[in-house]
Amino acid sequence: MTWLLLIEQTLNGAQFGVFLFLVSAGLTLVLGIMNVVNLAHGSLFMLGAYYAATFFGLTGSFLLALVIMVPLALISGIVIEVVALRTMYDRDHMDQVLATFGLILFFNESVRLVWGPESQPMPVPDFLDGSVEILPEAPYPVFRIVVILVGLAVGAGLYLLITRTKIGMLIRAGASNRAMVGALGVNIRLLYTLVFGLGAILAGLAGMMAGPIQSVEPGMGEDMLILAFVVIVIGGIGSIRGAVIASVLIGIVEVVGRSILPFAMANFMGEDAAQTAGPAVASMLIYVLMAAVLFFKPAGLFPAQAG
Amino acid sequence: MLTRTKLLFLIGGIAICALVPPVASAAGDDFYTTLFARIMIFAIAAVSLDLILGFGGMISFGHAAYVGLGAYAVGIFSFYGINDGFLQFFVAIVGSALVALVIGAICLRTRGIYFIMITLALTQMLYFLGISLEEYGGDDGLNTDRSEFFAWFDLYEEINLYYLILGFLVACVFIMHRVINSRFGMVVRGCHANEDRMQAIGFPTFRYKLAAFVISGTMCGIAGALLANLTEFVTPEFMHWFRSGEIMIMVLVGGMGTLFGPAFGAAIYLLFEEWVPDLMEATISGTGENWHFIFGPLLVILVLFAKQGLWGLIPDRSRRDG
Repeated sequence: MTWLLLIEQTLNGAQFGVFLFLVSAGLTLVLGIMNVVNLAHGSLFMLGAYYAATFFGLTGSFLLALVIMVPLALISGIVIEVVALRTMYDRDHMDQVLATFGLILFFNESVRLVWGPESQPMPVPDFLDGSVEILPEAPYPVFRIVVILVGLAVGAGLYLLITRTKIGMLIRAGASNRAMVGALGVNIRLLYTLVFGLGAILAGLAGMMAGPIQSVEPGMGEDMLILAFVVIVIGGIGSIRGAVIASVLIGIVEVVGRSILPFAMANFMGEDAAQTAGPAVASMLIYVLMAAVLFFKPAGLFPAQAG
Repeated sequence: MLTRTKLLFLIGGIAICALVPPVASAAGDDFYTTLFARIMIFAIAAVSLDLILGFGGMISFGHAAYVGLGAYAVGIFSFYGINDGFLQFFVAIVGSALVALVIGAICLRTRGIYFIMITLALTQMLYFLGISLEEYGGDDGLNTDRSEFFAWFDLYEEINLYYLILGFLVACVFIMHRVINSRFGMVVRGCHANEDRMQAIGFPTFRYKLAAFVISGTMCGIAGALLANLTEFVTPEFMHWFRSGEIMIMVLVGGMGTLFGPAFGAAIYLLFEEWVPDLMEATISGTGENWHFIFGPLLVILVLFAKQGLWGLIPDRSRRDG
């Protein structure tokens, strides 16, 4: 029975890792290429969830909601980039942090004004409802499996985009030397906007898929943002490969740690002590992991040059 | 050195703080005594953050953590019925210093964007730790008694607590003044200007920066211990990264890299937080709690156009020394 629990929690962790990957993939590109700290990236996750919840509610079709959400997320991302971030590229990080912090406050409050403070209902779509038996007598929700598959597909797609296409080549070049790419006649501003828009779509997609699993509410993007930072620190700024591996790692450690650790610790310390210490240790696990990675590899596991 | 105008502002600021309780109690409204006590506590936090932010160029997004640690030092002792203020404040100081030492040692291995993200993440770790400690209230927080120092100095007299906080603020600003203008302070400022060059001259910059980080964190810990006394309540919310952001905003509003600016920034931010929602509520009813809707864009504009903060707007020829 415990093994089934472990497998189930590992899958949940992988599925959470997919959300983390989708959020951090865009963020790591933005950080790596533009050298901009964008705290408002979590807001795009939130906006994606809200757009999807709204249009899913209106049309009753999950796929139609997806089709509407993608351009809306793209437009939101581009508007943020053009209106606010573009003026920040030459500023120091302190300015970027505070200005994008201001954007978070603005977006959380806008969402609260438009949709209200209570969380929005977003059910699992009918055609993905139900569960399959991954092992005998171990049902697992179809929706979560689909999330994992989508994550794998997006990861593979991004990898191909970055390593095999002209745009990807420019993105990689931009990450290692911005000024040189600009000097070679590439419209670096347009490239920035494109990358930012791509990141917005990915974050929005994560928000949409997170809708039926978590709750759609103001401020839902912040926790994702901070975990995405942990992912990026571990994976290395600007590295998609690093983001994939670190996301899954963090997702599994976080989810499995929280569910298993209190029980595991009860084996070699008292039941009561484990119930107290277990959650405390579990909540610190990923940060300790981050600190350990930093200690041995200050630039992350996969520094950006590797793509 | 201070110009005459700035000296006037400084003396005026302290005088206003000193006069608030008698005026407020004469007006029969103790609300402002509490508000100003709160302002002074966050002024301590903001002034100490500015040591590493403005002077040291280390963008720590995690200073709420030390405020929370200081508060929990008071809260946890109080939970076990130990209300000795000397012990509580001693542990608050030592505890926040040790945590700042560990976090600083990890974070200062990196620079730039990494530093920001890691300080943020480690703060959030302490926040989640606070939530997971069911023993001490977890999410709901912990009711706390006020510290006991001397029999004749009862902190439940609001006036005593108020002047204790004022005393800590003045002491903190004085210490910061000495630190910044010392040789040590010069080295830290030098690291901000050009760390490679400082290393080339032969300074072990890591140690200097770490020391500044620890001093700054420790003072935030004191602010936290005072905050627990003021609110008689401790919650993980004190450590939430939004709080860190708020302290940074105070520093920015007051003026980064100035000694007294952040204290005024704290006053402006907290008064804004107090008054603007009321104003919005009065204009269009029901909008009061949406004040972030205005504040967010205002912050962006402030960052873009008023970088030197309000202290920097006070006429002065030499800017960096105030």
